[in-house]
Amino acid sequence: MNKPIRTISVFCLLLFVALLANVTYLQFWRADGLNDDPNNRRALDERFSQQRGAILVGNDPIARSEPVDDRYDYQRTYLKPLLYSHLTGWFNFYNAQPATCAGCQQRVEQTYNELLSGEDDRLFVTRLVDLLSNKETQGGNVQLTIDPAAQQAAYDGLRAVVGPEGEGSVVAIEPRSGKVLAMVSLPTFDPNALASHDLSEVNEAAERLEADDDEPLLNRSIQTTLPPGSTFKIVTAAAAIESGDYEADDLVPGGPSYQLPLTSDDSGLIDNEGRDCGSDRIPFAQAMENSCNTTFARLAVDLGAEAMQEQAEAFGFNQQYFEDLLPQATSRFPEGMNEPQTGQTGIGQFEVAATPLQMAMVVAGIANDGSVMKPYLVDEVQSPEFDQIDATDEEELSEAVSASTADQLTELMVSTVDVGTANPAAIPGIQVAGKTGTAQSGQDDVAPYAWFVSFAPADDPEVAVAVMIQDAPGRARGEIAGGLLGGPIAKAVMEAVINR
Amino acid sequence: MTTTSPAPSGPLAFVHRRRRGAELFLLVLALLVGIGAYAAVGIGVEESVPADLVGYGGWLAALIITCHVVVRLAAPYADPVLLPVVAALNGLGLAVIHRIDLDQGSGFASRQLTWMSVGVGLFIATLLLLRDHRVLTRFTYTSGLGAIVLLLTPMMPLIGNEVRGARIWIQLGPFSLQPGEVAKVLLVVAFAGYLVQHRDALALAGRRVLFVDLPRGRDLGPVLGMWLISLGILVFQKDLGSSLLFFGLFLVMLYVATERPGWLVVGGALFLGGALAAWRIFGHVQTRVDIWLDPFSHYGAGTDGRGEQPLEALFGMAWGGLIGRGFGDGDPARVPFAESDFIIAAIGEELGLTGLMAVLLLYGIIVERALRAALISRDGFGKLLAAGLGAVLALQVFVVVGGVTGLIPLTGLTTPFLSYGGSSLVANWVIVALLLRVSDLARRPLPDLTGSADQGSDDDTQVVRVQR
Repeated sequence: MNKPIRTISVFCLLLFVALLANVTYLQFWRADGLNDDPNNRRALDERFSQQRGAILVGNDPIARSEPVDDRYDYQRTYLKPLLYSHLTGWFNFYNAQPATCAGCQQRVEQTYNELLSGEDDRLFVTRLVDLLSNKETQGGNVQLTIDPAAQQAAYDGLRAVVGPEGEGSVVAIEPRSGKVLAMVSLPTFDPNALASHDLSEVNEAAERLEADDDEPLLNRSIQTTLPPGSTFKIVTAAAAIESGDYEADDLVPGGPSYQLPLTSDDSGLIDNEGRDCGSDRIPFAQAMENSCNTTFARLAVDLGAEAMQEQAEAFGFNQQYFEDLLPQATSRFPEGMNEPQTGQTGIGQFEVAATPLQMAMVVAGIANDGSVMKPYLVDEVQSPEFDQIDATDEEELSEAVSASTADQLTELMVSTVDVGTANPAAIPGIQVAGKTGTAQSGQDDVAPYAWFVSFAPADDPEVAVAVMIQDAPGRARGEIAGGLLGGPIAKAVMEAVINR
Repeated sequence: MTTTSPAPSGPLAFVHRRRRGAELFLLVLALLVGIGAYAAVGIGVEESVPADLVGYGGWLAALIITCHVVVRLAAPYADPVLLPVVAALNGLGLAVIHRIDLDQGSGFASRQLTWMSVGVGLFIATLLLLRDHRVLTRFTYTSGLGAIVLLLTPMMPLIGNEVRGARIWIQLGPFSLQPGEVAKVLLVVAFAGYLVQHRDALALAGRRVLFVDLPRGRDLGPVLGMWLISLGILVFQKDLGSSLLFFGLFLVMLYVATERPGWLVVGGALFLGGALAAWRIFGHVQTRVDIWLDPFSHYGAGTDGRGEQPLEALFGMAWGGLIGRGFGDGDPARVPFAESDFIIAAIGEELGLTGLMAVLLLYGIIVERALRAALISRDGFGKLLAAGLGAVLALQVFVVVGGVTGLIPLTGLTTPFLSYGGSSLVANWVIVALLLRVSDLARRPLPDLTGSADQGSDDDTQVVRVQR
């Protein structure tokens, strides 16, 4: 009977070899795929119960993981939730897994998830040390470029103007680097409710926020594009000076009204809403100070659609350039327009649409001798021990205008603040360059949008600001004007930066 | 292992050493595994050495050392490796069950330790009372009848109990028993006794068809009987694992007894046909296969959720990776029944591929030792008994580990010595005692007959059949 016993032995050996091969395949080759499976609650639980790094503004955390006594060990807590909600976003059980959808809202919690969770390759040594010393993996920290005083000033100012229900946004940029110093969008929300460990609470908060008509989850600074109105006249002026046909001291076409080419009726008739724009040719400064629609519509027609488009794109229109928060709405300047349409774009109407960040970049480019810097929100990433491990490099996005054009535009904008429509932003003792805008919404039942862009000090710019007021409930239609509403907000933000 | 004696006695020249000292040394290592794992569970989960470590370790050590002493007295030539391997597996199983208890707040580990004590008691009784395994041939038909009765009990009203879709439990007062585990041992004894008597008829008669010796029609009776019983288990008790196990065991023993691969062909074809028919006819078999083929479509919201258990096990083992999460750092209790049928997944998650391979190799050693005892056993019954017990362990490990790791469709069987479950643990301890008994007799030197018998007629007086 020994021969069959030997055969059975070989058979048993094969059974065990099959088992060993299968577990090796399962736990080695197939393991990564299974661990990344969205159904795998173990990986998800682990990510969710991790001590994530902090998000820092200045020296203070605005988001941090606090130890709690439940199954997930750490509660993500947002310390100034309303002020920073659109920047930090939130971290909860649903978005703890790696983002799989391209169009999803990703804020710093998501765009810097690997670093905050400690999975980033740059934290490899830290992870190894943690593993060897049998400590939990700790996430790295993310330092934002935000100036806390500017952010607070922007939030307080905007909130005071639009009220609790209102919609608007403020963006401030450091012109020479592209650092985002302030980014506020109203209405805002409390990310703590969305970061709760109680999933029913999270679901309830998410449903309420998503059902809200005011769209509090929308970051209007980068995700809302609206006609920039008269603030876009800076771009038209830039194109005019760049063309070589005009200088800041020259006379430009003026007059109380301007019939757009190829039109004959009222819809093609541009006027100045009562502001003094002379009768024929007027100084460039006066056109800017009084925000003369006739001047800039005519300049745009003279320059042509192509030159206007080139200039707008040199400032960043029709491009994606912001990576720290996603998705970013592309600011639009239309292509292939006819003459009357081009005239409309000269005053920031027709299909021109810009985000507040885009308009801040226009003035920041002028402030930075014509060079537009790529905007960024994350200044540096740090190890769990707060040692810098990587810093964001400044990067030029484009050379929008020449240095001399930039100087001339600055001159025009300074006089707009000193004696023109942008006067509410004037700061005693400091030269401020600015421009107002009040854009028609194009709908009768929707109030116009108020814009204000500025930078200061004009001779050595430290900060460029764009203010956008989309909806200020309770304010009369006639009361909505860029200078009146936006000017004081921009002023407060600029002062906060300059006086720091 | 063996030394050549100077005596010129042919193939019986090997005299096995007792090797009891080696066994003791290996047992100390096995105890270190069991008690060390228990301490590691305490440190990993509760960050402190368990308060009852001394009492627990002491009891475990007392059980194991008692086994060793009994083996020394009652089976001095028994295989020295089997007991330590079993002790290591049982100790590890206790620690893992304790670890899952800590997550679930259940008390399986202490009950398992009680069952282990019962198992060790039966182990000792078997070794002490059964001085020669051939005595069991007297109980061939008794064990066969007993096995059939045990297999039928879950079908009976009042005590039969359906758990998780399989009707393999009986409820006696506070105890629920899986009679199939005990029937497994009785079946091996019955098959071995029957086959050793009828092997010649089964082996010699038959006709040759297409290079394969097929058995006679009338000899097919017992094969068909066993086939029907296996299918009955599959159909009425819905227990795929036991069905496969019993029929596989029967085929292996029939093959060993008759040395005719033809039986394997006939039996394999019968089983395959029966299994295919069952798959076509019965929903629960189809479901098992569907879940096996694509567990993801049976997991999560919007599905029937029946893939949860196997898929969570796969996730857990993948999460464990090469070296495992370590005791306390995994989440093995996510898998339902992690302490019994799915204990392999818990080991894979917290001890990793490394731990799982070690466990599989330990099983491999048990099977190898059992088959080795079968090879060197001097009587046909011993050979069949040891080969059958080895094969039943190998098949059971293959079916349950293969099921948990996704190699074959999932079936409900316990993992020998590791899983929580009294019937299984006790039955397996008896299996080890039987194996030790067979190997003891096989390795024991033959009584010295040269002095009393006539030199020339030594070969003629040899009564024990040594080798075919």
